[in-house]
Amino acid sequence: MNKVISHDDLVSQLSDGMTIGIGGWGARRKPMSLIRAICNSDLQDLTIVSYGGPDVGLLCAHKKIKKLIFGFVSLDMIPLEAHFRQARQNGELELMELDEGMVQWGLRAAAMKMSFLPTRVGMGTDVLKYNPEIKFITSPYSDGEQYVAMPALNLDAALLHVNTSDHKGNTQIEGPDPFFDEMFARAAAKTYVSSEQVVDTSELGGKEGAIFNRFERSLVSGVIHAPGGAHPTSCAPNYGFDMAHLKEYSAAAKSFDGYSTNYLNLSHEEYIEAVGGQNFINDIPLPQF
Amino acid sequence: MSDSTLLSEICISSASKAWKDDGELLATGIGLIPRIAAGLAKLTCNPDLMMTDGETFLISKPLPMGKRDSSEDVIEGYMSYSRVFENLWGGQRHAMVTPTQIDSFGQTNISCIGDYDNPKVQLLGVRGFPGNFISHKNSIFIPNHSTKTFVSGEVDMVSGMGYNSYHSQVAKPHISSVITNLGVFDFNGPDHQLQLLSLHPGITLEDVATNTGFEIAVKSEEETALPSIEELALIREVLDPLNTRQIIFGE
Repeated sequence: MNKVISHDDLVSQLSDGMTIGIGGWGARRKPMSLIRAICNSDLQDLTIVSYGGPDVGLLCAHKKIKKLIFGFVSLDMIPLEAHFRQARQNGELELMELDEGMVQWGLRAAAMKMSFLPTRVGMGTDVLKYNPEIKFITSPYSDGEQYVAMPALNLDAALLHVNTSDHKGNTQIEGPDPFFDEMFARAAAKTYVSSEQVVDTSELGGKEGAIFNRFERSLVSGVIHAPGGAHPTSCAPNYGFDMAHLKEYSAAAKSFDGYSTNYLNLSHEEYIEAVGGQNFINDIPLPQF
Repeated sequence: MSDSTLLSEICISSASKAWKDDGELLATGIGLIPRIAAGLAKLTCNPDLMMTDGETFLISKPLPMGKRDSSEDVIEGYMSYSRVFENLWGGQRHAMVTPTQIDSFGQTNISCIGDYDNPKVQLLGVRGFPGNFISHKNSIFIPNHSTKTFVSGEVDMVSGMGYNSYHSQVAKPHISSVITNLGVFDFNGPDHQLQLLSLHPGITLEDVATNTGFEIAVKSEEETALPSIEELALIREVLDPLNTRQIIFGE
């Protein structure tokens, strides 16, 4: 079994109009090399589900998103995402704006093959006003409470970035917080992971390494070897986020051509060289919050 | 730093009291003043509080603002985002947040300003506000008390629920303290009206009235208590030795 594919292979396995979930959180452990590959392709009209960071912003800048399902879009240290804001303020995006816990609940429902899961979250807010497709359900028990029936967020594909993989799709997320990558993988028909390193199964670190295996390999359809693949987002414990690059990226919301010329339409290897090289990325210290 | 007490320090001291009766709840201060205030609460009025390193771990001692030697952190537990959701849905947290808008009902907004389909200003998105305000205690810090923050009518996009729309005794908002650059308030006035508890030094009731987009109740016009000498020492020497708090009010 060998699930290792290229960035081009990934793009060829996606299609217009797909619903794609993206792992990570804000400016942390985003599969940016996979996002850039989509930006460099003809793919369009995507529905994106994300705890958003520059993945959402870069896709906005390339007009790839038809509909965004999200709770927030932020670059962490830079609270507001300039490209996302621009797309929103131009009225370009169809939205399903949710509490961040409702996003997890929708993914969990999909993961469990349920059509919905009940929750109180959303009650009394405009989340329900602007998402009239979300229905309610009354408890069949004596309390009779009315709940939000958070619909399943079924994904055609999930894109994740991990620290280590093998050829079979065994993955390890070694950062302290795995975020909700497992839920994205379970909610998706197919999951593709980019990985800092691809090693032989015997080199996965035995029992200690297996603790970092957050979901099973049967969920993984493709592994893309992409050292530095989360740049400019962080990938603990390998590297932190590249603040200077995130600032340059944010400033490019005013005029994207210069940024695009420098960093888009490149192979992954060319991109890594363009931003300073793999050693430079590996030396970016982890952030303190 | 001058010897006189700064407005930021008065706000931090006032805000820290929000957590004093919370037992072991997870204290989350989002933003500079709330974060220092949560740390001050843990060092003074409620040492039992749980608190994170701002990322993934529960720590025993509140962290100072700015760079630190993280090898000295005393880690006592784990608090990934997934676990934060579990904690907050069970009501085991008291967060202090800074919404962009708040209205007379206690509804809050961090999503966008203006028309929803074509907003004048896109902000973060509702983030965790819908879940937070229906699940656990929340306090609010507003550094720029004005009719743009305390709006008339309703906020543009209701992100956190208010007292006008709760569905049951369980599904109701939990707003505790409201601290601003003008004074200290809560929502315990008649029919959950915002009420004044104290005015910061030099602030008048008229200042508050003209900068609030709706009628408030007045429980007290007394002056906000100044931070104690112990609190000032903790703020200045332990929690924020680099004086990052000065940027909030340009002090």
